[in-house]
Amino acid sequence: MRLRALFTLLLAIPLLAACGSSSPSADHTLVLVTHDSWALPKKLIAQFEQESGLTLEVVANGDAGQLTNKLVLTAGDPLGDVSFGVDNTFLGRATSAGVYDGSPTAVDHSEVCVDYDKAWFAAHHLAPPTSLADLTEPRYKDLMVTEGASTSSPGMAFLLATIAYADRVKGLDYSWQTYWKALLANGLQVDDSWDQAFDVDFTQGGGHGDRPIVVSYDSDPAYAIEHGRSLIGVVPDTCFGEIEYAGVLAGAANPKGAREFVHWLLSPAVQRALPGSMYVYPVVKGTPLPGSWAKFAVQPAHVLTVPSAEIDENRDEWLQQWTSITQ
Amino acid sequence: MRRRAALAGLAVVPVAVLLVFFVVPVSGMVERGFRTDGHWDPVGVLDVLGRDYVRRAIWFTVWTSASATAISVALGLPAAYALYRLTFPGGRLLRAALLVPFVLPTVVVGVAFRELLRAGGPLGFLGLDGTPGAILAGMVFFNVAVVIRAVGAAWESLDRRPAEAAAALGAPPFRVFRTVTWPALRPAVISSASVVFLFCASAFGIVLTLGGLRYSSVETQIYLLTTDLLDLQGASALSIVQLLAVTVLLVLAARLRRVADPTAARSVARPRRPLVSDAPALAVTALLVVLVALPLATLLVGSLRVDGGWSLADYHRLASPGADDLLVVPVLQSLWISLRTALGAMALSLTLGLSISLVVTRRMGTRGERRVLAVLDGLFMLPLGVSAVTLGFGLLVTLDRAPFDFRSAPWLVAVAQALVALPLVVRTLAPVLLGIDDRQRQAAASLGAGPLRRALVVDVPVMARPLLAAAGFAFATSLGEFGATSFLARPESPTLPVVIYRLLGRPGADNYGTALAASVVLAAVTALVVLLVDRLRVPSLGAF
Repeated sequence: MRLRALFTLLLAIPLLAACGSSSPSADHTLVLVTHDSWALPKKLIAQFEQESGLTLEVVANGDAGQLTNKLVLTAGDPLGDVSFGVDNTFLGRATSAGVYDGSPTAVDHSEVCVDYDKAWFAAHHLAPPTSLADLTEPRYKDLMVTEGASTSSPGMAFLLATIAYADRVKGLDYSWQTYWKALLANGLQVDDSWDQAFDVDFTQGGGHGDRPIVVSYDSDPAYAIEHGRSLIGVVPDTCFGEIEYAGVLAGAANPKGAREFVHWLLSPAVQRALPGSMYVYPVVKGTPLPGSWAKFAVQPAHVLTVPSAEIDENRDEWLQQWTSITQ
Repeated sequence: MRRRAALAGLAVVPVAVLLVFFVVPVSGMVERGFRTDGHWDPVGVLDVLGRDYVRRAIWFTVWTSASATAISVALGLPAAYALYRLTFPGGRLLRAALLVPFVLPTVVVGVAFRELLRAGGPLGFLGLDGTPGAILAGMVFFNVAVVIRAVGAAWESLDRRPAEAAAALGAPPFRVFRTVTWPALRPAVISSASVVFLFCASAFGIVLTLGGLRYSSVETQIYLLTTDLLDLQGASALSIVQLLAVTVLLVLAARLRRVADPTAARSVARPRRPLVSDAPALAVTALLVVLVALPLATLLVGSLRVDGGWSLADYHRLASPGADDLLVVPVLQSLWISLRTALGAMALSLTLGLSISLVVTRRMGTRGERRVLAVLDGLFMLPLGVSAVTLGFGLLVTLDRAPFDFRSAPWLVAVAQALVALPLVVRTLAPVLLGIDDRQRQAAASLGAGPLRRALVVDVPVMARPLLAAAGFAFATSLGEFGATSFLARPESPTLPVVIYRLLGRPGADNYGTALAASVVLAAVTALVVLLVDRLRVPSLGAF
């Protein structure tokens, strides 16, 4: 019997400790629900807490898709007060589920583009591709790697870019399915994630792979500088625009603080910090960019896009068709 | 009557924990899938099961997991013999090193494996990249340690004399193994094999990364349906398939595990030097070491190469919060957070696991009682076979009301990790507890020993090593756990696997190198901790 008492005690300790922790009062706490790429300089956050008198608590995990689904599943009984990180590919799902109180605000943008290794093309005396159409040319056979649309958000963005391209640019006689079949016939490799495609298979990635064309971001050239020149180039007219939103959550315990936070995200200090912390462009025009970005990052003149509501409506069908083409 | 009450008392806390943190969340998610627009709609769920891709996913899951389990047992048994019954220089180090893959995040191993296997890589000539062969290799790489440690712990304390007697009576080595050793090891082998099968069947990253998206398993389908499409109906249908399959497997394993007389004579046999006849076992062990070492060596070399030369620069960066405030805390601080969380999870899973093992291994009089124990035994294995996404989302949608508003409690990470480690602890301890002859306890009682003293003189000496093995497992599982942790961890206190994942997802050679260096540190720390746990000597062991 003594043994039992000992066990019961041992087991009860963690549970008792757990029950003891109660949440602080809602007025002074602001809970941010976001994705796991969330990052801002500590100094800025401390400044926000000081000026607003709020304590910021961050609940961050999963990617933009998981974040959206979390918000949808907890709509009306939210995990926090304010959310940052739902992007335009998921916005339709979030708004139609009544996640936000009011309409969400755009905070930053980034473009998923087809990038290429300048050094590789120079060394092989080959002109780099200049359009989506080029990528199906035999001279670029077995040179490209992308991420899967079903498992990776840049992968999904590239699929959407091809859909916008096929529908709007090429007209009715050409479908994205035909384009993808041509890409695959030309030796396109499909990886599950950005880190596999970029780190392992891309020639300029950490693992020095063997494919010089990769689906990634327009800011990547700023991260491959040698002798004052960037080794990564961006293929024009291949970019899909991603926009990230912040919004007050419906049913928030602290809606006033939440509004203050959204406002703060658009302040010059935060907008200036976005490229360095989260690898995205500020949405407020005229915000100065970090030196390497201003010099090397390539912001495309034209961006391909698909309306959020259309993405929400067709996502399932597009992914199923994409899966049956790529498998 | 009093004994039964005592057993029930031991069981009540683990069962409550399992109910709150596993049964309620998972059934909450499944229940949502059964509703379309608020109506109860079971037909919709059944329709999903008729889809062609679902059947293909089920078949793929079954055959890859079964093959990977068979290979793990085939390689793990000789290795367990060589590492736990023989003594040779470096043996202990190897034992610890073989557990390293178990803690490495799948993202890291995915990168290391693919750098080896891709066309143009060192093993590119094998043509394995993107094939089921690569998936099997990955599964064995991750899970073979489960077989080695669980079987090794049972084998190590097995009395050598019956086997020697059989040999002296003229039985050839294979016959000795079949008639004397195997019956004593069978419970541990079946136990560990069922755990490995469940790990393989719920593998997510390995299937996607190494299979190049061409193959889909039940787990990857659930992930896609839940996180991307928010098709809860489909996810529910597959979760039910998972639960049913796991239940069938557990019943089967319990049948196979059962032996006529589970008691085994146990003493601490002194390991001996290898003989010529041990060459095959040593050869298999060497093969295994190569399989495990190659991807690890890729990581190590990658972390030391900077701009074509050798450098420690990637390691220097571990102490800083990373370029551009990308990481909230320096890598080394996240290692500290990981260690703390893992210690908490280990303590929790050991206490819960030990009490469950004590309960389920009691010999019960009636059939009904035995059945209750068998169900209880299986219940605690379920977390291994259920998708981490289902559990993660389930926690969010169900634990939202007082007094169970735990959705954003910081200790949820440790509880989730403990739940993942729990089956390993139970499956390591239960076979050994079963092997204790109850008459020893009765003898001690008749000599006047109370319950505590009985446990100290009878159970503890036999349990010491398996407990250490279980502790090592629980610690390593928690340290490397990524699926549930990435769902629950808070950004100001990320564990090391979470930080590595973030670093790998960013451009720039520095981030990549730092991620590799952090992985090497994680591997080294794990090996060190396991080595220390193995080295702990329990004084009472000498008494036998």
